Amino acid sequence: MAELKLIGFLCNWCSYAGADMAGTARMKQPGELRIIRLPCTGRVNPLLILKAFQQGADGVLVSGCHPGDCHYNEGNYYARRRLELLSRMLPAFGIEPERFHFTWVSASEGARWADVVTQFTRKIEAMGKMSGAEQGTPPAKASCEAGVGAPDEQTGSEDAVPA
Amino acid sequence: MRIGVFVCQCGTNIAGTVATDKVAEAALSMRDVLHAETLQYTCSDPGQRAIIDAVQKKGLTRVVIAACSPRMHETTFRRTIGQAGMNAYMMEMVNIREHCSWIHSDIDIATDKAIDLVQKGVARVRRQVPLYSTTVPVTRRVLVIGGGVAGIQAALDIADSGLPVTLVERGPTIGGNMARLDKTFPTLDCSSCILTPRMVEAKQHENIRLMVNAEIEQVRGYIGNFEVDVRKKATCVIEDKCTGCMICQEKCPGKAPDEFNAGVGQSKAISIPFPQAVPMVAALRKEYCRQFINGKCGVCKKVCPADAVDYEQVDEITTEMFGAVVVATGYELYDWREAYPDYGGGQYPDVVTSLQYERMLSASGPTAGHVQRPSDGAEPKQVVFVSCVGSRDESVGRPLCCSVGCMYIAKQAILTKEHIPDSQSYVFYIDIRATGKGYEEFTRRAQKEFGAIYLRGRVGKIYPSNGQLVVMGTDTLSGGPVEIEADLVVLATGFSAARGAGELARKLNISYDQYEFLSESHPKLRPVETTTGGIFLAGACQAPKDIPDSVAQASAAAAKVIGLLSRGEIETSPMVAAVDQLRCIGCFKCRDVCPYNAIEALELRDGRQVAKVIDTLCQGCGVCNVACPPSVVSLKGYTDNQLIAETMELLR
Repeated sequence: MAELKLIGFLCNWCSYAGADMAGTARMKQPGELRIIRLPCTGRVNPLLILKAFQQGADGVLVSGCHPGDCHYNEGNYYARRRLELLSRMLPAFGIEPERFHFTWVSASEGARWADVVTQFTRKIEAMGKMSGAEQGTPPAKASCEAGVGAPDEQTGSEDAVPA
Repeated sequence: MRIGVFVCQCGTNIAGTVATDKVAEAALSMRDVLHAETLQYTCSDPGQRAIIDAVQKKGLTRVVIAACSPRMHETTFRRTIGQAGMNAYMMEMVNIREHCSWIHSDIDIATDKAIDLVQKGVARVRRQVPLYSTTVPVTRRVLVIGGGVAGIQAALDIADSGLPVTLVERGPTIGGNMARLDKTFPTLDCSSCILTPRMVEAKQHENIRLMVNAEIEQVRGYIGNFEVDVRKKATCVIEDKCTGCMICQEKCPGKAPDEFNAGVGQSKAISIPFPQAVPMVAALRKEYCRQFINGKCGVCKKVCPADAVDYEQVDEITTEMFGAVVVATGYELYDWREAYPDYGGGQYPDVVTSLQYERMLSASGPTAGHVQRPSDGAEPKQVVFVSCVGSRDESVGRPLCCSVGCMYIAKQAILTKEHIPDSQSYVFYIDIRATGKGYEEFTRRAQKEFGAIYLRGRVGKIYPSNGQLVVMGTDTLSGGPVEIEADLVVLATGFSAARGAGELARKLNISYDQYEFLSESHPKLRPVETTTGGIFLAGACQAPKDIPDSVAQASAAAAKVIGLLSRGEIETSPMVAAVDQLRCIGCFKCRDVCPYNAIEALELRDGRQVAKVIDTLCQGCGVCNVACPPSVVSLKGYTDNQLIAETMELLR
């Protein structure tokens, strides 16, 4: 089986730091997950997650601050509402909702982070790769660059909404 | 575009698991990368110089550094490329240590992952634009929360530098737990004698404003400018009028638990916690007051010579601006009763906590320094100390070390012998942790000079028998069970975070651990900072610690605060939201979701209403970026463009 592709979107203030802590404590974890750092889970556009699935992600993990602990007071509440809704819509796109996981890990929960990664990876492993039918056509490198849309030097405000 | 990639080996921390040369080689084939090299320690002086050299010789316009966590060295490397003449934000850090080499053992897996992460970093930095920070003026006033020894020390140090300090204490007096101690280890200094002068100094300092019976209600704002609501609780005593004569306490008929004395002895509904309290002002506890329970009494009001009692007093909320906050909320003793039914669960009066025993030893305590067992007032001859109650005990979910138990047991064993020369102390211990200056010698003295008998093992059960207590334990050194008849058992109870520490942390937006101890920003290099700029930690609120460590941390926090506020203004992060006003449709969904009210309406010359971000208020969460229907609000440094590129790069 080809290697699984798992993407994690992590809040800089809690889960990213929690993952750092797990690393500092040398807590071994499966190697499939690739982490993208964000200031807040409130910055996670649900369309970005759909984009990831469309581009061939086998699983997407979003992890932020526990409710009530958001570094920006309420960003994770927005994330919770947006991502809850997204999770319910996934079957309509032919994506098993189990491939998407949204959780909370604080900066002091290194062990919990290692556990989340391990559980999530095992779960997706058991599910296998996304079948070709469910998945958008994975783009070649060139189309990938084109898909980003805007020229490199711009701030990004010009790019199209993902997906 | 000219991109340079620097792959850190971090000695063997990274190079041990990641084939860094392969990563550098792979980087050279990535788009626009024209320089890639490995460095042994990128953060070291030679490492940073190598980056500056490469930038200048090869004319690099963007830099990717694959090393440790950006939370560790992002600022370091921003400064480096700034020195090389680049915009500090044209650098991207890729975490191949905490998120890669340290969590994998397979070299191929780790190397593949590192290459992917570098690829992601390159994709991201290609879409980065120069960013410029602005400065905002700071409020040159400081809030210290908690009036124990750490809070007092921090307040005094900051106030001495000329900055005004507001010291907020929840209880009726400052002094904290240290004020309740009789002597301090390892010098046997009288605790009050060294603390009370500092308490008085804090009260009299021209730059310190003391607020007792006060709690933090709400916190708004950010580093440099926090807006804090403080609730001053009604105590039914007018602070300015009360002279501290204590006549009200003498005459009050309402009995109340004595919190200062840890429940040993009794207090009154209106009282001053102890004779050296600062401020020396009475406070009334309504839940024990007959005036409030039965609606009639009024004794204190009648007898008060200063007319300071006011039953109608209500809570007051004041709002103030502060540039920085020091949190020093301390600890309280772990409540052992539920977790240890085998020790009587609080049913045996002669099983006391170390703090209760401390009050019994204290000359200013309820027994005036005469050790009397609570059940019958007799002088105990056999005293058994049980260490690690609620600490180092996985079975009750408290694996943490209280860090002071070993030392205060030794102290209390010495004091026991001094108070009752014909007494014998026994100490059940797991290990003796005596790591401070003079600590090891002190525990030896307790045994050799003062005859305390140390038994290595846990206590399994305590039960009453013939008016005494039998302490059953094991001696793991001799390998057999031991039973000791005790007149008094002292439990060396561990530390819990102060009640409500988690709630306060949430108000301040700082992190805390599972025990509600507050988290430092970095355990080694930023031990007094929190993850929120402008908020610092001092003392046992961060983790159990003794007095010297608390005082040292308080002074360290004070130094950080003084440094922060000395410049008068601070740089704000340029990673804030920006609106493309040409394409903004004026729906203001961004304004609706902004947690900081950082978006306002702007009328263009053609009369169109568009959104405008107030840079100094925006904290860069990006919630607005997602909410914008035409996607014209963009968080600088985390643009849609960058995030999509990162995602796509990882899925190639």
